[in-house]
This record gives sequence, structure tokens and C-alpha cells, in this order.
Amino acid sequence: MRLAAAAVFLAAALLTGVLVGPVDLGALDVVHATFAHVFGLHSPLSGSDDAILWQLRLPRVVLGALVGGTLAAAGAAYQGVFRNPLADPYLLGAAAGAGLGATLVAAYAPDTSLAGDLLPISAFVGAGIAVVAAYVLGRSAGAAAGPAALVLAGVTIASFFTALQIFVQQQHVETVQEVYSWLLGRLSTAGWREVGIIAPYAAASWLILLGHRRLLDVLAVGDDEAAALGVNVARVRLFVVVAATIATAAAVAVSGLIAFVGIIVPHTIRLLVGGSYRLLLPLSVLVGAGFLVFADVIARTVMSPAELPIGVVTAFFGAPFFAVVLRTSRRHA
Amino acid sequence: MFHRLILVVAVLAAAVLLAGSALAAPPHRIVSLSPTATETLFAIGAGKQVVAVDDQSDYPKRAPLTSLSGFTPNVEAIASYHPDLVVVQYDAGGVVEGLRKLDIRVLVQPSAKGLAVAYAQIHQLGTISGHKKAAAALVVRMKRAIAKAVKSTPRRKLSVYHELSPDYYSATSTTFIGRIYKLFGLRNIADAADSSGSGYPQLSAEYILSANPALIVLADTRCCGQSVASVSGRAGWSNVAAVRTRSVVAIDDSIASRWGPRIVQFVQAIAKVLRRR
Repeated sequence: MRLAAAAVFLAAALLTGVLVGPVDLGALDVVHATFAHVFGLHSPLSGSDDAILWQLRLPRVVLGALVGGTLAAAGAAYQGVFRNPLADPYLLGAAAGAGLGATLVAAYAPDTSLAGDLLPISAFVGAGIAVVAAYVLGRSAGAAAGPAALVLAGVTIASFFTALQIFVQQQHVETVQEVYSWLLGRLSTAGWREVGIIAPYAAASWLILLGHRRLLDVLAVGDDEAAALGVNVARVRLFVVVAATIATAAAVAVSGLIAFVGIIVPHTIRLLVGGSYRLLLPLSVLVGAGFLVFADVIARTVMSPAELPIGVVTAFFGAPFFAVVLRTSRRHA
Repeated sequence: MFHRLILVVAVLAAAVLLAGSALAAPPHRIVSLSPTATETLFAIGAGKQVVAVDDQSDYPKRAPLTSLSGFTPNVEAIASYHPDLVVVQYDAGGVVEGLRKLDIRVLVQPSAKGLAVAYAQIHQLGTISGHKKAAAALVVRMKRAIAKAVKSTPRRKLSVYHELSPDYYSATSTTFIGRIYKLFGLRNIADAADSSGSGYPQLSAEYILSANPALIVLADTRCCGQSVASVSGRAGWSNVAAVRTRSVVAIDDSIASRWGPRIVQFVQAIAKVLRRR
């Protein structure tokens, strides 16, 4: 029932995303042309309109859904595994590491950045290095220190990587605009290539996270209690963190830093349907995907034909929405 | 006694005269933190007086490039070159106040909003550096060359898309570069997108394709490796009029982002494509 409602929300988002844009293509023609492309038929749209739909709008909608679903699921998983409501997908330094990676490319290989393959790869590697460093540092505090040590290690690594990033940026001021535009998140240059980059990571991470959703429920009662129930706490934590991090790194690599999705979506779902991960994780994927697609519709239409950075939209509309949910749920309780 | 007084007066007078002429003398140790001013100084023959230029002043090649920064300037680092004139583009981090405390003359030449301001800045640099005539001659040459290039093109109302970065930041008609397009009577597709009035909106790819510009000018060739080939290869762009008619112009970013003497080259490049169409 709730899953069906979430699926309808996502379907509505996808449909809106495909139908609405700076250019009016006509609703019927859009649906017709989309099916025509999927089944290899002749598209009713003219050459340039067809290119707008198939090369620009559709990949952007699909990418938004993949990134949104991934960030929301990763955020929910992080919150469970660290028992920390403020945990988001960037908690273990993934954002800072990816930012440093992207800045290094912008500064030292400028002609390959933005357009080339190097920036996403470098952002991906940077995020991976940061999280591994945070994990090693956190584990060195000993298992007894629990998840708090990992969170602190993440904060430490993130600060350090951010410092390095700002240093490199100061040395190469010409990169400021480019890095800034990346930091605010972007789907504006999305194409099928980006979809191809993130799709396997997103699919793998969704499967792994969904497979662990019962264990996350057990973990919620505490490390010792979960261990008493026969759960290998350290292994579950490692598995979930690795899956969530790889997917986050892939999302960051193709779309920059899109804030708030990983916190707002899982918490809104918790407030509406409760905290069990059996429902929370699949709902996060569906609602996160729909939320980011809707946010992107706003990003590309509200100032049309100019663009608004998507990170601005997710924060601007996400935060007040979250406040409303918080208030109404308190009144009901 | 009286003679001695005359001598003192004479010495004082000579000292005042010397000091006066020293004040009026053109600066011989100029530091330029503005790439545009650097180009102008060398174009009017003041290059020998320039002792240091900032890390962005990459033209002309013989300019004394240093690691000085115009964005995050350091007063001590600038002062270490013992300048008697510092040219900056804007007052970043209170650098103007800092230099004046050290009794170093500072000239602020902000980004020009039009050719008239650009010419005025060249005149100003000429007057201060002691190359007034050369500066005036340069302005005359620029005006003539630009007028000639504009005149050589047919007056047709074509649309233009000026690309600042591969994520589609552009420049409207209110910007310096936008006004150049206006000289040719071109219609700038970015104008419709600038609701905030910044002059530099980010366009959506959908809009660019539907606007179907007749001319595309790439000012992101050096920063971001864009080229005629890379634009033609972008998904969905092969149908754009500019791509079909080979009216995509790749311009060195530094020429398109400065308002110095080389703007003539920019105007000529645009004229060349417009003549061919």
C-alpha cells in the first residue's frame, strides 16, 4: 500500500519531468516519441525537438531518479548503521574527498575537466580514499569506541580534505567558478553517458542495502544486543557502509554535491510511516528518486530559460517541507 | 649673510623643483595585477617600465610573469618589487588601502562595460605611464579596425550563443562582450534568460537547442578544452543551425574575457564568420 503510493509518486515525478521543460513539446507527442524511441519506431517530433527530448530531457530525468534514489537510500542506511539521525551520505568524508578530486582535475588538467571523463573518475576516487581513510582512522580507536569513533573520524577527514581543496583552489583561482558550479550540484549537462556511469553502482548498492534492511533493524537496538542475537555487527556495518559509499561516490561523480536529499527523504518517511528499515529503505529509493526529479523540474523551469543549481532547490524546498512534516507529526503524536 | 640667505632659498627652490619633477615623472617600476592593463601597457610601449605582472597576465609572452595574484593580492609581496605604480582590476582584500599606506600609487581599472570605457582606460594608462601619444594612436587604430570589420559584414539579424563554460553559462547584451555582438546587430539568445540581471546566466541545454543559434562562439576553449569538434559531437547539437553551417567559432578565452587591444582580433574573427554565411 505504502510502497504503491511511493511508486505512484515516482511515476508522477517521472511523467512531470518528461513533460515539463523550458521548451514545450506537447504532451501527446512526448509520450508517443518516448515509446517510439524505446521500441525503435519513428518519432513524431521534428529533428531538434526529438533531440531535446531524447538527448537532453530523458537522460536528465533518469539520472535525477538514479541519483535521488541512491542518495536517499545511502542516507537512510548511514543513519541506521551509525544510529545517528544527522548522518547523511557525505558523513564519512565522501563529499570532501570528491570535492578535492574534482578540484585537482580542474586545477591541474583543466582542458579535460567538465567535459571529459577525468573529473567524475577523480571525484569517485577522492570520495573512496576519504571514506577508507575515515574508516581506518575510526577503527584504530578500537571496536569498543563504536560508531561514534567512525563519525568523528569522518568529520576529521572531511575537514582535512576540505582544507586541501581550498588550498588548491586558492592556488588556481581560475578554477573557482567551475568548482563552485560543481559543488552546487548539477544535472544540467547530463546525458546517457552519465546514466551509464552511475546505473550499475546504483543498482548494486540498492540490492545490497535492501538485502540488509532486516539486519539494520536489528542493529538499531544497539551493538551488544545485535551481537547477542547472532549478528556480526562489524561485518554488517562494513558491508552497508561500502555499498552506500560506492553508490554515493558514483552519484557525486556525475552530479556534484546535491545536499539535503539524504537527510530529508529518510526522515520524512520515518515521520510518516515509522522507522522500520524493512519499509524505510525501499521507500527511500522510490521517494528519493521522485523528490530529486521534481526538484530538477523546478531547477530547469522556475528561471527558464536560465538554470538554477539543483542543490539550491533541494535545500530551499526540502528544508521547509521537512519543518512542516516535523510539526504535523508532533501534533498527531 | 644676505648671500647665504639667497643660497638657502636657491637650494630650497631647486629641491622643490626636483621633487616636483620627480612627482610628475612617469613611473618606471609598474606592477600590473590586471591582465587587460598588462596587454595595454605593452601595446603602448610602456612594457619596459613594467617590473612584474600577476599570474593571469599571460599575454604578451615577454611580460614579466610572477606568482602575484590579483584575486588574493598580498601587499608585502607586491611591495617587494618596489613599484611606483600598481594597476589593479578591483580592490581585492583591501589591497588599495594597504598600498597607499606604503605611499605606492594605485590605479584601479575595473572591468569595462563597453568599448568607450575600454578606450578611456587605455588613454588613462597612456597619460600616467608617459605614453600619451602612443595610447591615443592605439585607440584610433582599434576604432578604425573595428569599424572596418563591422562594415565588412552583411547586416542580417542572426542569433548568437556565447559560451563561457561547457555547462552553458553565457553572456547577455549588457556585458562587454555582449555589446560587441550588438555592433554586428546580432540577437543574443542569453538575453531572454537573464531575469536576475547578472549578465551571465546559465542557460538550459533545451533552450539553446530550441533557440537554434545561427552563430556559436566558444570562449571556453582554453579553460575547458571545448572545440568546434566537441560541440558538433554533443548529443543533440548536430541539428543546430550554427553547427550545420559550420558557424562555430573557437576563441582564446583570454581574448574574449579581456577588454584590451586584442578585442580587435575578436571582432575580426566574428566578422570573418559572418561574411562567410
